[in-house]
Order: sequence, then C-alpha cells, then structure tokens
Amino acid sequence: MKFAIALFAPPHAPSSRRALRFVQAALAGGHQIVRLFFYQDAVHNASSNVVSAQDELDIPAEWRELVRQQQLDGVVCIAAALRRGILNEQEAQRYQRSAGNLDAPWDLSGLGQLHEAAQTADRLICFGGP
Amino acid sequence: MSKSLLIINRQSPWSGPSAREALDIALAGGAFDLPLGMLFLDDGVFQLAPAQQPSALQQKDLGANLQALPLFGVESLYASARSLQERGLEQQTLTLAAEVLEDAALIALIDRYDQVITL
Repeated sequence: MKFAIALFAPPHAPSSRRALRFVQAALAGGHQIVRLFFYQDAVHNASSNVVSAQDELDIPAEWRELVRQQQLDGVVCIAAALRRGILNEQEAQRYQRSAGNLDAPWDLSGLGQLHEAAQTADRLICFGGP
Repeated sequence: MSKSLLIINRQSPWSGPSAREALDIALAGGAFDLPLGMLFLDDGVFQLAPAQQPSALQQKDLGANLQALPLFGVESLYASARSLQERGLEQQTLTLAAEVLEDAALIALIDRYDQVITL
C-alpha cells in the first residue's frame, strides 16, 4: 500500500515518535511511503539544530537517517518553516539571516506537495493533530 | 477522479497559527481544483463568530481569508451544531454561510470524504 504521511507535531511530542515508528514499520512491511510532509510545529523535526540529551531519543536525527537510508521524499512546508525559524541556506540568504538550520535530505516546498501526496497515496496518515 | 479531502478545523482563531494553517491547506487545494470540504468543530467555530477585532491583537483578519474560500472553489463548509450551541453562537450571526450539522450528520459527513485532516 502507498502511504502519504503528514506530521503536525514538534519532535518532543509523542506523535513524532509514533509517526517515525509507523513509517519504519510500514517500510519493513513492504509498503511504500510516497512522501513525508511536515507542517505546523513538525517543521522542527527537520531542524539540524535540535540537541537532545545523550541518553534521550534524538528524533530529528532518526528522521534524517531514515529519509537518507530509504531515500524518502521528505518535504517541509516552507511557509510553516519560515514563520518558525526553520530555513535552508538559500532562504537564510534571501531573508538575510545569519545561518540556515535545514539541509539535505529535506526539501522546503509548498502545500501543493501535501495535496499531491494525498492524491497519489492509497492512504493519507496524519500524526499530531489536536 | 480526485480524492476528496475534509479539513476539520478545531482551533480558535487567535490561539496560534492553527486556524490560518488549516485555511491555507484549503486554499492551496482549491487552487488545484480538488474536491475539498471544511468542517468547523469545537473551538474552530469561534472562527465564524461575528464582530471580531483582530487588529486589537495586531493580527491579520482571518475572517477576510475565510470569505475567500468559495472564490477558491471551497464551497462545502460545515459547522457543528453542538459546538455552536456549547459556545453560545447563533447560526444566523455566523460570518460564513456554513451548513450546520448535528452529530449524526457529522458522522455521515466524515464518512463521505476519502481523506480527513484535523488541525
């Protein structure tokens, strides 16, 4: 089955861990993840600047590793990211900020990517809504 | 055929970016001509309350953007009768022409859509 994943919660929220484990289990079960779309506070999951305590789960690092290894399509909503201070190098330059904090394997793009993924997938699975 | 999407809008308008971000999903989908609906549920019905003064909070007028929904092809707008009643809101005062549905009709509504996003 083809899944599109939408995540709305920040990395320290249980929903982010659940989403991560769901994606890992789906892939292990032979399913396809057509896209990860991070929206609202979930954009922080793609930040390269999250520092977790050594004995705690590093959810952003796990996402990064998973997307790299499985070559997933990891999209972060650009509007949601900018208003929360998540910028790649290009956006940091555009808005004259001192540094970016989002890089490969993540792409900044628009909400059209969420709709496209939802249309392509058999199921849209959302994590971290109210 | 395109899959239909129901956006369930549950947050009050001035409690954070959720209301605007739910609306943005609808407007983006409308631009792609997708079959979309929006349901205002729980505190989300406050987005339809009359006489709001966002300028007092230095906020942009969300209501003006909600008015744009039909222009973007999002004409299936619903509000929960129970949520309105619990918050003392009257259907005739709402700023958007939303169909007011009882709980049983909400179940049928959600069932009609292929996909649901709740914000």
